[in-house]
Amino acid sequence: MKSLVHWVRQPGFLNALPVGVFLLVGFAGPLVLVLLYSFMPPKTFKLDQLPTLENYVSVVTQSYYISFGWSLTLAVVTVILLLIITYPIAYGMAKLFGKWATLVTILVALPLLISENIRLFGWVLLLLKNGIIDGSLQFLFGVSLSGLLYTVPAVVLGLVYVYLPFMLFPLVIGMSMVPDSLKEAASDLGASRLQIFWEVELPLSMPGILIGSLLVFILALGSLAESKILGGQVIVMIADDIESAFTFAQNWPKGSVLSVLLITLSLVIIFFLFRKIDLDRLVGRR
Amino acid sequence: MNEGQLDFLELRGITKRFGDFTALADVNLSISEGEFFTLVGPSGSGKTTLIRILVGMDSPTGGEISLNGNVINDVPANRRPTCMVFQNLALFPHKTVGQNVEFAMKIAGVAPATRRERANELLELLRLPADFYSKRINQCSGGERQRIALARALAFDPEILFFDEPLSALDYRLRKTLEKELKDIHRETGKTFVYITHSLEEAMVMSDRIGILNHGHLIQIGSPDDIYNRPCNKFVAQFMGEVNTLEVVRAAEGRVRHVDSDASFEIISDVNDFESGFLIIRPEVMKIGRAAAELPNQIQGVLFNDYALGSRVQYQVRSEDGESHWLVERLQDDPFAASPGQSVTIGWRPEDSILVTS
Repeated sequence: MKSLVHWVRQPGFLNALPVGVFLLVGFAGPLVLVLLYSFMPPKTFKLDQLPTLENYVSVVTQSYYISFGWSLTLAVVTVILLLIITYPIAYGMAKLFGKWATLVTILVALPLLISENIRLFGWVLLLLKNGIIDGSLQFLFGVSLSGLLYTVPAVVLGLVYVYLPFMLFPLVIGMSMVPDSLKEAASDLGASRLQIFWEVELPLSMPGILIGSLLVFILALGSLAESKILGGQVIVMIADDIESAFTFAQNWPKGSVLSVLLITLSLVIIFFLFRKIDLDRLVGRR
Repeated sequence: MNEGQLDFLELRGITKRFGDFTALADVNLSISEGEFFTLVGPSGSGKTTLIRILVGMDSPTGGEISLNGNVINDVPANRRPTCMVFQNLALFPHKTVGQNVEFAMKIAGVAPATRRERANELLELLRLPADFYSKRINQCSGGERQRIALARALAFDPEILFFDEPLSALDYRLRKTLEKELKDIHRETGKTFVYITHSLEEAMVMSDRIGILNHGHLIQIGSPDDIYNRPCNKFVAQFMGEVNTLEVVRAAEGRVRHVDSDASFEIISDVNDFESGFLIIRPEVMKIGRAAAELPNQIQGVLFNDYALGSRVQYQVRSEDGESHWLVERLQDDPFAASPGQSVTIGWRPEDSILVTS
């Protein structure tokens, strides 16, 4: 008891208290509620009934795997495209741009100040039939590109566009952790540029690559606005299903089951990724 | 010095400018095969710039570098048959000791079994136990890393091995051990070593020849003996450590006059074309007490303080007129007893002093 009092009085505990309470009420609490609701009978709003697995059975037997599949596929595609797009920019920011890197950082971060939905509607105006792209092409060249919006590529474009900073900045940090002298040493020992990239730069910037990929993957997996605004009804992603279950269908238990499955899926992926790859060991800190 | 091709590495008029700043001014140098050559200079003297140019990480503004008769100015670092041990060693932290040593061979496409065999040979040459092969870099101490870096460079089988002050971060005792070890490795491998350092003492221990670099100019090249006993100017003489330096002008035949105290001293150097300059007397050639009594050059002074330097004792003596302070050293086993404040005679033999014009 005395040690507990001692522990509670420590400045670390007291400083962590406000944020601890906030996280408990605002983060852990709702998660527990969602977990509890997932075991309640369908279409109920109460938590005082006998737990049942009915919702899980119904979700598994219905065609929700399609939405899960789309979400997973698009998240993976977004991660891969972003890796290809941001790697050169990140390299430039970490090693080449010098003082201009700050300007690039500001330019990339600036759009984050505007609501994601508003930015996506900007893309709608661009891609719309008779919109800015289609209209300009018709006016200038007499060709029409009317089918741009409400397609899967449009959704991917939206995902890549919205999550670019979340890949770029971890990559920049990862790459600035590779000392130039190691690259010079590799070159001095006969390595070509490609060999330097493969043997030195890539493994040492791996922590940044993994963290960026993970961030984008998790965010894209739970994304909703891109598929709704840019995809119309062409595909349904899992977050879309969750939203409909909670709102339109008024079936909280079903929405909870889908949420629990999505969270579990994310956790399993994170767990395996971090268990397989020891970041410290990768860069030789341990 | 080892027999081998002279002019193995040749620098003709190497110049490097960064804007208005001249880092290297018309450096001419030739290094022969199998030689241990050390470039010494204070920080900012241009030695790092020079070695980066030699390795191929920088290109000169002017001049020509040739290796074995071929001009290599435009050959990039990864195609030069030379290799460098970096100041910070630049070992790959994500690879094991073995993978570090094998790096150059892996790049060259050598089969894994051959690579491993060669890596183990090199670890043995560098006195590292065989179980180091699978150790990680951060499990190794500073001295061990030093040896791994050297093994990694040797595995490349370079025609010339460059060293960019790799020992500067180590503590004194370890540095002394590794200096000798490096010289032994040089003897065992017969490779050409080009070393840069700011410590002339370190250069003396290891090198066949030494080049002194200051403000981008190569001001003297010679054997350790030349540099120590026949420095070309005051800068080189003072670079090795503390010396007694007197500003002097020509006096009568065979003598120079100290500008500050008006005392004149006997020298053996030819002073016919000497007008003014400096007389350098190293502390260890100075005599004190009875040993100085018979010498032609004598100073009467007061013992101000003494310092124990291990094998030697150093004294600071101030002349009676207060015009000059002198450093005198004697060996521990050389009997002398005096305490601070006491009057002493110090002196030196004319042949032990060095006369320089600048």
